[in-house]
Amino acid sequence: MLLPLLYNLRAQGLKVGIGEWLAFLEGLRQGLATNLDSLYRLGRALLIHSETHFDAWDLAFSATFKGVELPPDLREQLAQWLADAMAAEGGRVPVGFESMEELKREFEKRLREQKERHDGGNYWIGTGGSSPFGNSGRSDGGVRVGGKGGGGGAVAVADERRWQGYRTDLTLGVRDFKVALRALRNFSREGQIQLDLPGTIQRTAQNAGEIELDFRPARINRMRVVLLVDTGGSMDPHAALVSRLFSAAAELKTFKTFDIWHFHNAPYRYLYRSYENFDRTPTGEVFEKLTPEHRLVWVGDACMAPWELFSSGWGDAGPTGFDWISRFARRCPQSAWLNPDPPKYWDHPTVRAIGGAMPMFPLTVDGLKRAVQKLRGGAAARAA
Amino acid sequence: MEPRFSGTRRYIADEGLLADVNAAVLLGRPLLVKGEPGTGKTMLAAAVAEALEMPLLVWSVKSTTKAVDGLYHYDVVQRLNDARFGEGDVRDLRRYIRYGVLGQAFRAEQRHVVLIDEVDKADLEFPNDLLRELDEMVFHVPELDETVRAAHRPVVIITSNAEKELPDAFLRRCVFHYIAFPDRERMKRIVDVHLPGLPEALLDAAFTRFYGLRRVEGMRKKPSTSELVDWLTVLARAGVPPEDIVTKFPFSGILLKQEADLELVKSRR
Repeated sequence: MLLPLLYNLRAQGLKVGIGEWLAFLEGLRQGLATNLDSLYRLGRALLIHSETHFDAWDLAFSATFKGVELPPDLREQLAQWLADAMAAEGGRVPVGFESMEELKREFEKRLREQKERHDGGNYWIGTGGSSPFGNSGRSDGGVRVGGKGGGGGAVAVADERRWQGYRTDLTLGVRDFKVALRALRNFSREGQIQLDLPGTIQRTAQNAGEIELDFRPARINRMRVVLLVDTGGSMDPHAALVSRLFSAAAELKTFKTFDIWHFHNAPYRYLYRSYENFDRTPTGEVFEKLTPEHRLVWVGDACMAPWELFSSGWGDAGPTGFDWISRFARRCPQSAWLNPDPPKYWDHPTVRAIGGAMPMFPLTVDGLKRAVQKLRGGAAARAA
Repeated sequence: MEPRFSGTRRYIADEGLLADVNAAVLLGRPLLVKGEPGTGKTMLAAAVAEALEMPLLVWSVKSTTKAVDGLYHYDVVQRLNDARFGEGDVRDLRRYIRYGVLGQAFRAEQRHVVLIDEVDKADLEFPNDLLRELDEMVFHVPELDETVRAAHRPVVIITSNAEKELPDAFLRRCVFHYIAFPDRERMKRIVDVHLPGLPEALLDAAFTRFYGLRRVEGMRKKPSTSELVDWLTVLARAGVPPEDIVTKFPFSGILLKQEADLELVKSRR
């Protein structure tokens, strides 16, 4: 009965491990889930480890349990709830019904229908957001089924997909970027001189208890990062997104060196500090200063007319935009291209060409994380 | 029968949170609580301890905290000093072992609630270094060649601000709970606990303003519960009429701490 849930979760890309699954079953054995609501809660608490996966959990849960038949004793309980609820309402008739009798008739009719229709999952009493019978509280009047208010039916809650906004593969903010970029740190002992306590103790002990101080340099970040950003034209719609990446990167003062260069469509003869005041440097000069230690992060949609990529730009002789990109990628093997367009638009000649020169990732938190793994030289990263 | 947590007079918990706390207590797994600042993550542990009638031990994690700090600390420097100046019995190693929060909870005669506050402040590897200790509730003290085993598995509550990603292996061992920001209805109950008896009109006006602010796009730091409570206290003390709250936005500096946010709100009016 529960196994389909496991497969639905894995289909959603949630890697549920044996350990959590066993804990979940143990929770069931301990009686922590007595109905669909508590099953939803328990499963989410044990199997899901981030609010960013809640939406995927909702989808998996709803796919598993939508249309599950109500056990017979639950129907009897529903009838009992109706009686209690009507007593509690004190005879007040909900909006849309003539009388208590009509309300009761309708309730029983739906109960009967449910018994007859085995697929009647979306018609449940107790889960429907707009049904007068249930506990999600959307309807102006009606009968609340179940004990306390507050929680809607699990499937109804799952169907609402209220956690959609938390998905990291769709949305991202400065903070998310920062968390992802922080993984780029690479510490080494080159910083200011600090007192080394264990060393001091070691040397003091060797010195027969006469205090002997020992010092060593503090840890600093050795990572050198260069950000190359396509600006203007087709990138305008992504301006807000890219600026978020910028503020995240700028606030992280932990890199040893951090440079930002701009280009339009592809790098030609010059790279720009800023377009507004025409502050530019020959691309070759920037290139010469790079070492294989530098990490290159390109940001751009990589989508342009093929001649724009494979020409030197504005009648210049010299390397084409694609030549420059390939040269940069060869000099700095730890390069990644972040594309603000979703991968479904990547089937384009220039996108494919650039994607062949270096791994390309979507400009989302997940994409950035994979890019950072690649930049760290992690083998786990795979191009999208 | 295990003790069950059902909230306290001072702490308003929703049903989902209660279920997750009880699942964690029953399964003996740490409860990982995530959520925006000001949603009451830290207060939860105190409330659980009060409701379950267990003593609370707090371990506030800082950027320099090491996993071993929570277990024990061998005060070498003190011993060295004593040896140098001939104070106390330096041969008795036990005198120089100081137990950390987890160490104390493991050795206690009674079941404790342990709060590991802001676990994401520490180094990225910090949670991984605690895996075995939290799983088996056991650790070894090489200096004494002794194993400390928990007589009563403490109820462990861990909070995180999502500043850093927590490692997968660690997450897999936790019961996860995300505290969503309280809606108006629940916020009313929370405020009522802190500031009972505020006039309805004042609350309504202030809530409208407050939730309006939280919806503003591009806010650097959204105002949270604790700031709302502070703001309401000041509004009530100063006797600001409710209609002024919406039109004039008095004491805005209490809700908005960043200059840029104040400017943003001003520009939208």
